Amino acid sequence: MTLDTTEILDQICELVAPFNKKGVTITADTTFASDLELDSLSVMDMLAAIEDHFDVTVPLNILPDLETVGQVAEAIKRILDEEN
Amino acid sequence: MTHDLFDKFDNIITEYKKLAEGGDLNPFTVSMDAVISPTEAIINGKKTILAGTNNYMGMTYNQECIMAAEDALRNFGTGTTGSRVLNGTYYGHKKLEETLKDFYDADHAIVFSTGYQANLGVISTVAGPKDYVVIDADSHASIYDGCAMGNATVVRFAHNNPEDLEKRLARIRRKDPDAGILVVIEGVYSMLGDQAPIKELATAAKKHDAFVLVDEAHSIGVFGKTGRGVAQEQNVEHLVDFTVGTFSKSVGTVGGYCVSNHPKFETLRLVCRPYVFTASLPPSVVASATKALELIKDSNLRVKLLENSMRLNKGLANAGFNMGTTGESPIAAIIIDDKQTAIGYWQNMMKEGVYVNLAVPPATPNGLNLMRCSLSAAHSFVQIDYMLEKFIAVGKKLNVLS
Repeated sequence: MTLDTTEILDQICELVAPFNKKGVTITADTTFASDLELDSLSVMDMLAAIEDHFDVTVPLNILPDLETVGQVAEAIKRILDEEN
Repeated sequence: MTHDLFDKFDNIITEYKKLAEGGDLNPFTVSMDAVISPTEAIINGKKTILAGTNNYMGMTYNQECIMAAEDALRNFGTGTTGSRVLNGTYYGHKKLEETLKDFYDADHAIVFSTGYQANLGVISTVAGPKDYVVIDADSHASIYDGCAMGNATVVRFAHNNPEDLEKRLARIRRKDPDAGILVVIEGVYSMLGDQAPIKELATAAKKHDAFVLVDEAHSIGVFGKTGRGVAQEQNVEHLVDFTVGTFSKSVGTVGGYCVSNHPKFETLRLVCRPYVFTASLPPSVVASATKALELIKDSNLRVKLLENSMRLNKGLANAGFNMGTTGESPIAAIIIDDKQTAIGYWQNMMKEGVYVNLAVPPATPNGLNLMRCSLSAAHSFVQIDYMLEKFIAVGKKLNVLS
């Protein structure tokens, strides 16, 4: 099964929800640091949940490039495409 | 208008200023006017019990260690002014490495200038661009920084969770059947004193042909029949490929090491930048570390240390504190609900003559604010009972205890 970016984004928004303590509306442009006020450890915990959901490895090395929910969706899409 | 390079720290500066608001005591600037013993110092003119030094064996004032350091100071000078590979390897450095090999019954030992550099050097060097480093989520900063310095792909697994590690290793292997993998764990995690289930974690690692590195910084001297650490305590040393540790806690000085039976281990002396491009340890430090290792091996100080820890942990738990620790490690940590109360608690304890560690995120797991003590075998029961009395008094004053 191949997921398109919109489907991946929708699923990631659901996975981010438990970390959305401030109750902001989550879109592709939502930032982890400013909008969700997550520290680096929380972002890593959130990524672990995303890894498990999609059954992929998301290396910590790409963390500095993942500032928004949309960027995570793009990264997951790229990783899934590479694995298939 | 160009950016001021320091603007990015404005939030941290604001947070830091809050620390000083509660009074003249600031955990980041407090200094000791004089040190009396491994467990006492003069701070702001007041005699204070040191309750969080990680000086587990009290080795800093051991007479044999001091004499060994004095001898080395007289005979070899104040410093080496050289790296291990350029003028900086003396008789003492070789002897310390021989002592470590004997201590761990290992084929190879390399001494670094700090424990931080040992992790930085080994992790960043042995795991290259095509390899993976898989680390525990609650790893010490030196492990995270070793990953950041190297070129390997870095993967994190849930703290002390063998199933989570196995799942992540399986994913890596599915994609990359031949890659080199290094799994990094700690024997004891310093904030809450919990031990890694090394057998289960290392078994998961071996199932996927991964190497295992155990950082015994907080467990050397403390656990195991001859003080080698948690791997010895759990009888699983055969599953460990690299043991990293420090001389800055139980050994009572400064420096780091890595021991291994890997036949090519000595190559690190040629390729490990945090080993090559830094000055080697001063001869006096090397001499006291060597002596301390000899003493630790045959010592029963660990029994006294864990008795001390159990006494404080039980006392605090019985008083009704929300504890993060159980007393089975040298750590005693009280969980405080909010950071401001934790800061106030720390300041009040200082005024009462007890210097504990204020530990707050991100240095702590799960966003916890902690009043953290690390016990020493050199603490007397009288000192521990004094700490306990003051913890309870301040707890009542700040309504942490009802």
